[in-house]
Amino acid sequence: MTTPSLEISGLAYAYPDGHQALFGVDLTVDRGERVALLGPNGAGKTTLVLHLNGILDAGAGSVRVAGLPVVKANFPEIRRRVGIVFQDPDDQLFMPTVREDVAFGPAASGMRGQELEDRVRTALEQVGMAAYADRPPHHLSFGQRRRVAVATVLAMRPEILVLDEPSSNLDPASRRELADILRSLDVTVLMVTHDLPYAAELCPRSVVLSEGVIAADGATKELLSDDALMARHRLELPFGFDPSKI
Amino acid sequence: MGAGHSHKLYRHGHSPVHALPPHCKLAAVFCFVLAVVATPREAMWAFGLYALLLAGVAALARLSPGFLLRRLLIEVPFVAFAVLMPFVAEGERITVLGLSLSESGLWSAWNILAKGTLGVAASVLLAATTELRSVLLGLQRLRMPPLLVQIASFMIRYGDVIADEMRRMRIARESRGFTARGPAQWGVLAKSAGALFIRSYERGERVHLAMVSRGYAGAMPVIDEATATRAQWSYAAALPATALAVCLLGWTLV
Repeated sequence: MTTPSLEISGLAYAYPDGHQALFGVDLTVDRGERVALLGPNGAGKTTLVLHLNGILDAGAGSVRVAGLPVVKANFPEIRRRVGIVFQDPDDQLFMPTVREDVAFGPAASGMRGQELEDRVRTALEQVGMAAYADRPPHHLSFGQRRRVAVATVLAMRPEILVLDEPSSNLDPASRRELADILRSLDVTVLMVTHDLPYAAELCPRSVVLSEGVIAADGATKELLSDDALMARHRLELPFGFDPSKI
Repeated sequence: MGAGHSHKLYRHGHSPVHALPPHCKLAAVFCFVLAVVATPREAMWAFGLYALLLAGVAALARLSPGFLLRRLLIEVPFVAFAVLMPFVAEGERITVLGLSLSESGLWSAWNILAKGTLGVAASVLLAATTELRSVLLGLQRLRMPPLLVQIASFMIRYGDVIADEMRRMRIARESRGFTARGPAQWGVLAKSAGALFIRSYERGERVHLAMVSRGYAGAMPVIDEATATRAQWSYAAALPATALAVCLLGWTLV
């Protein structure tokens, strides 16, 4: 039995203004799993994500990434292990060229020279963007930028890839291309989304975060077929989508 | 290198001037400008020689004179100030074409005009032969404070993003029937500017979050290091060295 990629236990958090967002979250993700984190707007999904690499400090409970607790002393290693792809690629891609952006993470952990070049090239090849290495990010299409954003964290060889709404603003072709890329990666994935068909397509397992707790955890197909559960947590399938036919 | 890829100040090319490492060029331009500024204004021929030197660099870089002259137009607002000098300055007055002008004012105007134009021309040459990205690398290499280099590089990265946001806000305003006709509408424009500021500020926070998530701890990692050979340095030094000789000559001959 290997150590799980992610173990969250009893995680609670209240914002400084007193608003409590998480009320004791328990979640374990095993190595190599692809899990969708579903939930309506305001359920605390993004708040949960920001705990995974210590950006937000847990009020109570603990988070461990591949056995390593998320505490200040471990931040450099934790941030290498947890690759978060944020929703807006313009926030994620802050360097003047694609190549430098992908190099940022590994270079921040001290990598230099040929090893760094190889790492950047491999990551860009994984997302099919190697030909764009010297372009400035703002000259790429939105779908391309999202793929480069994935490469920026792949370059750190993360233990777990965390994607915040990966399908938002993508046209159907870019959406499918990104799905192909994510399927081809040999990495644990936690995908935050309310794009339910995308979750069904990519993640065998889903958890529902609602009002700050994990309200359901199971096979994606079964969760999406449970009409009462879905209605209770403001999750709605798009018109015409039938999870039983996947 | 695709089209629409670099900044509009930059002219893509493969000349020897383009090929020089950015920090050599930056240092050369800086020293050239120092020599120009240190030249006595009475040595008018020296400024002619400087202009010839720059023309030589432009020819080496294969930049057309028309391109350079158009870029030099940026200087016009400053020229307007220089033109005022002979009218407002104190001191002995002489009559030129029936106008009473101050002699020291004329000298000051010439001084500003000549030195300013040469400085602007040198910067235009630098910008036309060096990509913005390389300029930043050069500054980093020349030990400019890293925080300033970071600020400049974020400005380049996000300039277009923010301009685009501004454009979308304008379209949204105009789609709802707004046209800016006079001071009565300034309130709306001021609010738009405020909203843009807050949006940019929040984006700054999100970018910082993304940086911290990838291991940023206050210093940018060194990814590209600009290097220069001795030959490249001496090649770049040709311009400021000649300028220095002209400057010294200017002081001895006046």
